[in-house]
Amino acid sequence: MSDRSPIESATGPLAKLARPLTFVALVLLGISFVVPFVWQVLISLSDRSEVDRLTETGFPSRISLDAYVRVFDQVPFAKYFFNSFFVAGWVTLLQVITCSMAAYAFSRIQWPGRDKVFLLYLGTLMVPGVVLMVPNFVVILGLGMFDDYTGLIIPAAFSAYGTFLLRQFMLTIPSSLDEAAAIDGAGHWRIFTQVILPLARPGLIVLAIFAFLFNYNSFFWPLILTQSENLRVLPVGLLQFNTTYGSDVPAIMAAALMAMIPPIMLFLLLQKYLVKGIQLGAVKG
Amino acid sequence: MAQVTLRDVKKVYDGKVVAVRDVNLTIGDGEFLVLVGPSGCGKSTTLRMIAGLEAITEGTISIGDRVVNDVHPKDRDIAMVFQNYALYPHMSVEKNMAFGLQLRRLPREEIKRRVTETAGLLGIGELLNRRPKQLSGGQRQRVALGRAIVRDASVFLFDEPLSNLDAKLRVTTRTEIKKLHKRLRTTTVYVTHDQEEAMTLGDRIVVMSAGRGVGVIEQVDTPLNVYRYPKNRFVGAFLGRTPMNFFDGRLVEAEGEVWFVAGPEDAPSIRLAMLPKHTEALRGRVGAEVTLGLRPSSLSEHPMGKETAAHSTIRSQVQVVEPLGKNIDVSCELLDGSPMLARIDARHDFPTSGEVKFYVDMEHVHLFEPGEFGASLLHPEGAPQNETATLASDA
Ligand SMILES: Nc1ncnc2c1ncn2[C@@H]1O[C@H](COP(=O)(O)OP(=O)(O)OP(=O)(O)O)[C@@H](O)[C@H]1O
Ligand SMILES: [Mg+2]
Repeated sequence: MSDRSPIESATGPLAKLARPLTFVALVLLGISFVVPFVWQVLISLSDRSEVDRLTETGFPSRISLDAYVRVFDQVPFAKYFFNSFFVAGWVTLLQVITCSMAAYAFSRIQWPGRDKVFLLYLGTLMVPGVVLMVPNFVVILGLGMFDDYTGLIIPAAFSAYGTFLLRQFMLTIPSSLDEAAAIDGAGHWRIFTQVILPLARPGLIVLAIFAFLFNYNSFFWPLILTQSENLRVLPVGLLQFNTTYGSDVPAIMAAALMAMIPPIMLFLLLQKYLVKGIQLGAVKG
Repeated sequence: MAQVTLRDVKKVYDGKVVAVRDVNLTIGDGEFLVLVGPSGCGKSTTLRMIAGLEAITEGTISIGDRVVNDVHPKDRDIAMVFQNYALYPHMSVEKNMAFGLQLRRLPREEIKRRVTETAGLLGIGELLNRRPKQLSGGQRQRVALGRAIVRDASVFLFDEPLSNLDAKLRVTTRTEIKKLHKRLRTTTVYVTHDQEEAMTLGDRIVVMSAGRGVGVIEQVDTPLNVYRYPKNRFVGAFLGRTPMNFFDGRLVEAEGEVWFVAGPEDAPSIRLAMLPKHTEALRGRVGAEVTLGLRPSSLSEHPMGKETAAHSTIRSQVQVVEPLGKNIDVSCELLDGSPMLARIDARHDFPTSGEVKFYVDMEHVHLFEPGEFGASLLHPEGAPQNETATLASDA
């Protein structure tokens, strides 16, 4: 009895129905997520000429991996992959560094006006990215970072959202730990690196996942900021199938599928931390 | 080893909340001083100013002969034990203890030696490889103690280190802390809100209050002196395992003596003759409203000295009798209905109802001016000078 959850042990006709109903709803929801994905796989395995009729036949007459080969033949797909990894990797690393340092300053150090400055910084999240697009572009141009890795990396190396996330996380670490460390002989740098950072690790991992996924997927900024072929990241690269070579739908699907692999791997590997991150700021145990 | 001095220290939080003021204390080299008082009276604030964790708004604090107002905590040569222990969760017990030594760049072998030695002293030698999470509350407490001791600092600061332990462990750990202090003789400032802990641990205790809206020191003395000679009603009420009885009344002069009388003139509920040695001091107060303070242990069935029935007894109706072993606690009611608690020697046939007459040990009664902080009339300055002197020379 005691290991029953409250939901299970609830009684009454409504409660009895609740479980099967929830179950059905979840299955339907699951299907609605899976169907487009399966469709995408089917298209990627079809012949280019057959794509239009696929809605009628429902299944390709011949399974072929040609589209996957075309992806690498027609565009420097490996280079796109590298660019995406390179940019998202650097952005992630830099964001973890800058956000954790800022979060430390906003949560562990007392300075006049601290919380007001933090609110102001948070306020930048309210400004739609599109509004900042042009001014940012002009600044990047002025700094000579146009059509360069630095233009893709440096502006994304700071994040109000990430700072907020880590600050909330650090606020849950008791201040007596810093105080004990200070008395033990540590200055801010040591408290930061040897006490707070190790304890904030779950928060850092969550931020790293979010930052990587977000930047790995980013499209618009890299699109307007790069010209050269060899600077294209995956989302921008996918565009090539639409423009240069007509519309090669199976190739697009194949490329998109391959591009999805790293985020999915990342998610599977680190999902327990992601769940923790979502719980952040909720009831802490 | 060092002496710690606080001069006219005041702390204001956020420019408005005055936490403590007028704090003047000298903690002798090797002394164990306990700050005690109810919640919010500024004990922690005072301790944290000594530690350097809070800025000092006014006044000066010195450790040794150095004013430390602007000295970083790490350079004050102090060690602190926190209420929640503040062990580093991601480090083993050994690392927790070694952290401060590593930061001070001691040689590796020296760190190893000191950690092992301290761990042995505290009986936590087998726990060195565990994380704090894997320890019981009592073990964590020891590790926290160990982390403080291993540093060999010249001042130890404790902020309610026992309050997270269960009652039994609290008593045994208390004894151990006392033993440790006897052995190490490190100047110690210890904060607690538990009067019993304060009485048993302190060489001297500092009773603080926030009754007037601001944390202040009410009295500083040895535990026995503060217990015997509370400067005001607050201190009298705060110390002692059983609460002091208080009765509002007035002083009258009759038969060449000064009497404390409570209740109506024709049928007083209390009528006690003050000792002749106090007559002179009290004569000027005759007619004034005063409060009588009476510890339960100052009552007895039989005269303890020269008390006579006419001069020093209180009649009461027994309500409840609670046997405690050596003593019994008698809750009773006076003529006017006011409650009184008496702790007397146990006997089997003590009546559980009806009227009982208690003798009052007049040497140990207290008279206060009215109000929660009413000053003592018999010893407004606390213990008499000669008494303190003899106690000090005993030590
Ligand atoms: N950081 C702070 N900011 C503002 N006010 C504070 C702060 N810390 C303490 N105070 C106030 O200062 C007063 C003294 O607090 P302090 O913590 O020193 O009391 P305490 O005697 O240690 O109490 P307790 O037994 O509950 O620990 C209280 O009124 C408290 O509200
Ligand atoms: Mg406190």
